[in-house]
Amino acid sequence: MLKPRIIPCLDVKDGRVVKGINFINLVDAGDPVEQAKHYNDCGADEICFLDIEATKDNKKTMIDVIKKTADQVFIPLTIGGGIRSVEDIREILLAGADKVCINTAGILEPKLIRDAADRFGNQCIVVAVDFKFINNKWEVYSHGGTQKTGLDAVKWIREIENLGAGELLLTSMDRDGTKLGFDIEFLNNIRSLINLPIIASGGAGKLGDFEEAIEKGGASAVLAASVFHFGLIKIPEVKEYLIAKNIPMRI
Amino acid sequence: MNLKVIIVDYGLGNIRSVQKSVENIFLKSDIKGEVVISSTTSGMKDATHYILPGQGAFKSCIDGLKKLDGMIEELSDQVLLNKKPILGICVGMQLFAEQSFENGVHKGLGWIKGEVLKLPKKNLCLPHMGWNEIKCLNDHPITLGILSSHFYFVHSYYFNAKISKNILATSNYGIEFPSFVVDKNIFGVQFHPEKSSDAGQALLSNFLIQK
Repeated sequence: MLKPRIIPCLDVKDGRVVKGINFINLVDAGDPVEQAKHYNDCGADEICFLDIEATKDNKKTMIDVIKKTADQVFIPLTIGGGIRSVEDIREILLAGADKVCINTAGILEPKLIRDAADRFGNQCIVVAVDFKFINNKWEVYSHGGTQKTGLDAVKWIREIENLGAGELLLTSMDRDGTKLGFDIEFLNNIRSLINLPIIASGGAGKLGDFEEAIEKGGASAVLAASVFHFGLIKIPEVKEYLIAKNIPMRI
Repeated sequence: MNLKVIIVDYGLGNIRSVQKSVENIFLKSDIKGEVVISSTTSGMKDATHYILPGQGAFKSCIDGLKKLDGMIEELSDQVLLNKKPILGICVGMQLFAEQSFENGVHKGLGWIKGEVLKLPKKNLCLPHMGWNEIKCLNDHPITLGILSSHFYFVHSYYFNAKISKNILATSNYGIEFPSFVVDKNIFGVQFHPEKSSDAGQALLSNFLIQK
């Protein structure tokens, strides 16, 4: 059977890995290629790089990082950050990535999601949604979580499905960096409405959080950054824990 | 003996990762050789092994292959007459089928009996994407060390091989479907060994020692 995936996420800036607490306070945590190798050796099921400062110069650096990583690490690689066009996506996939993650550009121009899925297949189009619970509803944020969009997250996610995306990366900004666990209520809400695989993100702090995201939230994959980078939780530990809870894992 | 592996490039597919994962084997194991990407028939005859990758829709893959001047004829000579090993990956493997029912009916190479069908939905997400295990049904040296390993899958269609001895392994997603097929020197995998970490590297190594 298909196994839930554990995905370490590496925020990349200037070709180096960093992780912000609540999207600020960046701390340098190393070389992306070495990190990716390390995570592959630990049993990560997929690796995600988010280019958090995707300027033009930086894009070239990122393509270089993707190439170097994909040439040495043979597991699926997802790339997000600063993707604005079908051409950007093509360049990233040609460098060796397997999927791209679209966020702000999809909000500004939803057609990009459809065009990208038509051209490259929906399996490589992940759409990321950063959301916050405000005034009794979940609202979408864009531009790396800095701008309120006024979009209702549930409505936007329905539209994403209709546009032909292949997967959702749902990040709770309320939980991101807090280690208080994932927003299970939201995940579960989306699971019951949407038939796309969901990657749960934002809030991993303890082993039980991973179990909750999969069992109660219905996530197909769980993504985390700081708990892995700073060694608070190790991927083999997560997998052993989940197997003990009768959730099958790839080992 | 130094191997020469040719990856057939018909404009679709995960060529770079396939090449790099074979290079990695040459770098780290006793198996030595070179791996080249080719979209022409020149030098095809000198190869010891062929890899046929594939991504996207069946029709665009078979059309892409047909567009390469003389490629299908040359591949057929090397594989069917000279019996050189070939590995089809994902849609590359599906091309071995007699026909595919992906968006219409399309003729395949017809090297292995069977047809390409859509996976039943049954409340499951399509494409079937992620890590799944294989279950080996028939003994073969190419499955050495990976009898029940996990591999990375991304697909919505599967190769329904007709003859049971052609099915090396199956996987389960709603239904039990053939995920590893064989007919003598012709090998096909539905999953992506180039994205399947150590198990994928083991499979590619096993393929490279096929003669």
